Amino acid sequence: MAASFSPPADLSAALVLASPTMAEWLVILPVAWCLGVGALLVMLRRSLGLQPGIAIAGLAGLVLIDGLLLTHVAANGPATMVMGRWLPPFGIAFTVDMTGALFALVAATVALAAGIFSLVDINDSGRRYGFYPLLMVLMAGVSGAFLTGDIFNLYVWFEVLLISSFGLLVLGSEREQIDGTVKYGFLNLVATTLFLVTTGYLYAVFGTLNMADIARKAENLRDSAPLMTLVGLYVLAFAMKAAAFPVNFWLPASYHTPRVVVSALFAGLLTKVGIYALIRVTVMLFPVEREELSFVLALAGAVTMLVGVFGALAQTDFRRILGYLIVSGIGSIIAGIAIGGPGGTGGAIFYALHSMLVMTGLYFASGIAIRLGASTSIATLAGLYRRHAGFAALTLMLCFAVSGLPPFSGFWPKVMLVKAALDIGAWWLAAALLLTGFLTMIVTGRLFLLAYWREGADTAGETAPLSAATLGPLAALALAALLIGLYPEPLLAAIQSAAAGLAEPSAYLNSVFPAGGSQ
Amino acid sequence: MRSVIFRTVAPFLTGLMVLFSIFVLLRGHNAPGGGFIGGLIAVSALAIYGIAHGVETVRRAIFFHPMAIAGAGLFAATIAGLVSLVARVPFMTGLWIYPSVLGTEIPLSTVMLFDTGVYLVVIGAIGSVALSLEERGGS
Repeated sequence: MAASFSPPADLSAALVLASPTMAEWLVILPVAWCLGVGALLVMLRRSLGLQPGIAIAGLAGLVLIDGLLLTHVAANGPATMVMGRWLPPFGIAFTVDMTGALFALVAATVALAAGIFSLVDINDSGRRYGFYPLLMVLMAGVSGAFLTGDIFNLYVWFEVLLISSFGLLVLGSEREQIDGTVKYGFLNLVATTLFLVTTGYLYAVFGTLNMADIARKAENLRDSAPLMTLVGLYVLAFAMKAAAFPVNFWLPASYHTPRVVVSALFAGLLTKVGIYALIRVTVMLFPVEREELSFVLALAGAVTMLVGVFGALAQTDFRRILGYLIVSGIGSIIAGIAIGGPGGTGGAIFYALHSMLVMTGLYFASGIAIRLGASTSIATLAGLYRRHAGFAALTLMLCFAVSGLPPFSGFWPKVMLVKAALDIGAWWLAAALLLTGFLTMIVTGRLFLLAYWREGADTAGETAPLSAATLGPLAALALAALLIGLYPEPLLAAIQSAAAGLAEPSAYLNSVFPAGGSQ
Repeated sequence: MRSVIFRTVAPFLTGLMVLFSIFVLLRGHNAPGGGFIGGLIAVSALAIYGIAHGVETVRRAIFFHPMAIAGAGLFAATIAGLVSLVARVPFMTGLWIYPSVLGTEIPLSTVMLFDTGVYLVVIGAIGSVALSLEERGGS
């Protein structure tokens, strides 16, 4: 019997024969871990009391795994593990370089903060509808997107995170939420379909889906294949995901409707996955096409920044203001991608990581402010500073950070981007960046002035003192922003090596195809 | 829909279809079939039984909540990948054992465990949708 099931031919030439080290397992572990914990939480769906504990422990484990992964990649260069032992490009490869590891670690940190904040923000009904399992599966999708080395697999992780994000968005099933979810869902499905169609096109041209294989084959196909079309379609698809102008309108229309912790999570994670994919495809896979598209990208970036910040100025709803500020930040990141080079790419990565931490923190602040003031509009919120000075100070730190003022985390990426823009002579882009920073300061200043400093009724909303689970995540993110602002060297070094690895991906290629491999 | 004929036939049909779904699941490794299609057949069986005898009966019969079944399936699939960790081969490598039961060699593999996981996820997820739709049908 056994003979009939044994392979008919000697396959050893197509298999990875060396056994993987424990360090290589770190490449796949974030995804497997999140899926496993998520599955466990689905099985324990009735034990509402146990769920938060397991989820937070799971997220803490994820932060640990991603931290170890980053240390490993920083020390030994990109790491690869192929699924099912098949040699790439046939086996699906998970390849982690500095960029992927940095994004994964910051995403896990943000998710952990959101997990702790959810203790007070998600009630029993939210737990019954599966907030925690959805959170873990969302993290599986996000981690998978950051760690995979296969472009179709990237699409699959996009789908995983999209489906769990639908679930998180409708949590509560209010009319407004369903309205927001429909807008979000429709635009994202269009973007995902475009991504899939483009990937099919790419497969027809390249005959491979492995990113390292694409990167090394692009050079020879440049004369004969319509790579510009491919990259253009990818840029459009990922720009939709990232909410860049002119496909940015879904974000402010949907991010203010779900639970605060869900908005915070999405602000930190979802648009940044689109940004990550954009960086991966344009900077690493198709650098020549990025160069040719750079003016379009720069223009889109500049308009996105200004549209975002003007939109924020026109709003009075606390969370809508933040939604527009996310869009504005996306513009700065896309400007960085357009500039290119170590300064531009590095600035874009730095800005994205900073934005993940700070925007999540600001959404936490909006949730606390809304609960204290019993209103979502900054026209009626008032007197928060008098009510809780510590909370007001933490919010102010994040406001400074998002405006790019020293000594907070937003300052350094902005400096890098402005300098990179001036270096290539794009003075108008540098001016747009600086103007956006100035206008963002007006937006946050207006927010702080009206909602926090203005004298107002002290009796509205909750009067109970803020618990550690409410204030802890906010304080942690604000302190992280301060720490990065005061002592940016380690992060800056990591980002520079990430940007260098994207510009010159030979280490990434070597990790997938040791000894050159066969074409 | 609840005619006598249908109600009499439904249990036999359901039993047959569940059996067939397991057959399809197991032959899936070397021939057309597998966890996804097997799971769909099993869900159709549950749906038929639900139409004939009411959703409550089906929920009692499958004992676990459909979502819990889906969770167990996802967990089984994850474990199937992680077995490779112990065997010191890359993630999701197919590993086989051939235990002898009553003189017959039975090939078992992590691939099969993964496929069973898919089967359970499909039963759980689609079953959950089908049962709640039937519940709200109001017939």
